[in-house]
Amino acid sequence: MTEFEAFADMQPSLSPAQTLPRANLAGWLYVSPLVLVLVPFFVAPILVVLAASFFATDGFGGLTPGFTLASYVEVLHSALTLKLYLATIKFTVLTWVFTLIIGFFVAYFLVFHVRNQLLAIGLFLLCTVPFWTSNIIRMISWIPLLGKEGLINQALLGLGLIRQPLEVLLFSDLAVVIAYVHQLTIFMIVPIFNSMARIDKKLIEAAIDAGASRFDIMRLIVVPMSKSGIALGTIFVVSIVMGDFFVVKVMSGGGSASVVSAFYEDVGVLQYPTAAASAVLLTLVLVAIVSLILRTVDIRQEITR
Amino acid sequence: MSAVLADMPKTDMSKTVAPATTKAIAPSKGGRPWTFYVLATLFAFYVIALYGPMFCIYVLSFQDIRGGLVFPMKGTSLHWFVDLFTQVRTGDVKGSFDRSIKLAVIVTVITVVVSFLAGLGFRKRFRGDTVVFYMMIGSLVAPGLVLGLGTGLLFQALGLNASWYTSALGAQLSWTLPFGVLVMFAVMSRFNQVWEKAAYDLGASRWQSIRLVMIPVLAPGLVAVALFGFTLSYDEFARSLQTAGSLNTLPLEIWSMTLNVTSPSLYALGTVTTIVSFIVIGASLGSIVLIQKKRGSSTKG
Repeated sequence: MTEFEAFADMQPSLSPAQTLPRANLAGWLYVSPLVLVLVPFFVAPILVVLAASFFATDGFGGLTPGFTLASYVEVLHSALTLKLYLATIKFTVLTWVFTLIIGFFVAYFLVFHVRNQLLAIGLFLLCTVPFWTSNIIRMISWIPLLGKEGLINQALLGLGLIRQPLEVLLFSDLAVVIAYVHQLTIFMIVPIFNSMARIDKKLIEAAIDAGASRFDIMRLIVVPMSKSGIALGTIFVVSIVMGDFFVVKVMSGGGSASVVSAFYEDVGVLQYPTAAASAVLLTLVLVAIVSLILRTVDIRQEITR
Repeated sequence: MSAVLADMPKTDMSKTVAPATTKAIAPSKGGRPWTFYVLATLFAFYVIALYGPMFCIYVLSFQDIRGGLVFPMKGTSLHWFVDLFTQVRTGDVKGSFDRSIKLAVIVTVITVVVSFLAGLGFRKRFRGDTVVFYMMIGSLVAPGLVLGLGTGLLFQALGLNASWYTSALGAQLSWTLPFGVLVMFAVMSRFNQVWEKAAYDLGASRWQSIRLVMIPVLAPGLVAVALFGFTLSYDEFARSLQTAGSLNTLPLEIWSMTLNVTSPSLYALGTVTTIVSFIVIGASLGSIVLIQKKRGSSTKG
């Protein structure tokens, strides 16, 4: 089936206002198992966290139901909060930039430069295989390389380029970003690859016939038509980095913290209301970012097209 | 993402213009444009950076008893693998391994069934579909630790005991289902509804058309969703942390090991989990190939 036929097939579906009661019922019947999982395990927990953020605490894990904004005041007044958000945003932006650049060009290479289709699929699979092994294992696998006595330091010492082992490689912000990029580039490659693979090659031939340069094709065809993939990849990467705590904790050696790692510490010392307030704040920030992305690209339309 | 893999053979069949295209992108007759070499180099570096560190730990896990966390390698033996499964100080690796596999299987089955049904539901618009869609996206992007804590507190408030097969199962599903449904979107968008209509014309019931037409045609996509469900669950950490109760799953075990164990046992665990992952991928890809083959021979015959 060509994309065009698929598109033509989508047409008969009605707009929400026109749907028949029967179609509504059938739709809800099909998604009801999904809803039955999401309500108790996504909606309810979020509401519990929201409620807990307004509760008072005795400081020993006991919660007193009530309504106080004390936790929010505490979180918003704390100088630490701003510091944590700045650190988290720094990690997020750096990771996003690197994963986007690498992901985009890897996908571009596979779709437009590898002539043999089978080879392209093989190389694509090669990129996805490490995704199937444990994240934590992949993260700690940098220790033998980046450590003070790691391979990189040994090599640099051996070459006489440095006299002292570089300490900045491991347990630093650099190591955190390296670990993120290592883990998350795949989340960019796959959706971008998916949307690029759907670009009709005839369009590009036509552009070349019309005298477009390679740069024009990139700017006017490839980038705009990969937008949904880029948006989806961005949502994955941003929400994972902003919601992460263990990469920051392990790879920075405790030297850096993120919003969620601070949240984790709060939970550890049973400061549930402040933890909940900061969680609500973070969730709002995430919702704002994601809806901003969804506003530029209608992902559902793009995926189902 | 595996939808892409499952759908590849179909895609390249429909895009038979490939050779002409590559020539078009690389107009200098027969030769490669300079961008090819630049991007090929980038790709090579990416792959080396992707695999290099992991190979280091696989190699280091085969050291003998004098082994440490960094190179040079000291001797070769299976010492650290034995250590992993016998020493008490490394925790309950075997038990958590069993639990993780069982949990992943349960998650996989539920994810496939629920995602398939939701995929069917989302094909046509219905009143309130946007609410469900955004609920799903919300579940996908919500910080895992926050959701885990919320679920844990909820169970506490309801007086229920948190355990890996109740609260952790639900918490993991809140993460695997959105992925599964997104993959189903991509898979279903390539499903030709003409076949379904033909089935109805021939008098098939709704259930018959699903069982005899949709499921066989979409099988590779469903295997992809299964693969997703399995690995996302097998590797899930943040959402399980506050919900698994007193018994650990494997990632939680690995996490506590990274904090306490500073021996190549940790690397041995990495090697073992990787081998398990490869067996699962191998089996899944193998089944996709089998399905495609069977289909190829049946259309020929």
